[in-house]
Amino acid sequence: MTLTKAELADLLFEKVGLNKREAKDMVEDFFEEIRAKLERGESVKLSGFGNFQLRDKPQRPGRNPKTGEEIPITARRVVTFHPSQKLKSMVEKSYSFGAAQNRSPR
Amino acid sequence: MTRSDLISRLAERHQQLLAKDAELAVKVILDTLSGTLARGGRIEIRGFGSFSLNYRPPRTGRNPKSGDKVQVPAKHVPHFKAGKELRERVDYPPS
Repeated sequence: MTLTKAELADLLFEKVGLNKREAKDMVEDFFEEIRAKLERGESVKLSGFGNFQLRDKPQRPGRNPKTGEEIPITARRVVTFHPSQKLKSMVEKSYSFGAAQNRSPR
Repeated sequence: MTRSDLISRLAERHQQLLAKDAELAVKVILDTLSGTLARGGRIEIRGFGSFSLNYRPPRTGRNPKSGDKVQVPAKHVPHFKAGKELRERVDYPPS
């Protein structure tokens, strides 16, 4: 079970009554607004869901895993997501046990 | 940017809709994202990123006040991985 933009658009059609075109655009714009703010260096706080924040990471030494050659990993800015207390407890309550199939590969 | 800023921006971009439709749309999207994770599902938004659950094994913790040992049960926590477009757009411009 994987949720994608297509299912979100279907729900906006069913539950909000947007037409198919508007529903698709709304989903696209929802994520684009968040991306645009993050791109400008602003964090995004969605109450009840979580916060998207930016983190500046300094250069650090790395290694090419194939050749073993040392190469620096350049300084970069990355996005981090911090789930709200509400989302964390929803996940803990309804999904605590026996979920091996959903462990994300890391 | 907050949830209400996001609603205002979307209402501006969709002037053919009623303002309350933008508000309801944001609610439906966020509730669906949360509900999917609460049911153990994954979310994949092309160009934005994916949400999944990470497993935290049971551990013995300590009450920081009393120092007593407490058993913390296994649980899952939401995890976000930024997609390629988002990663490239927030990163510093390539020099």
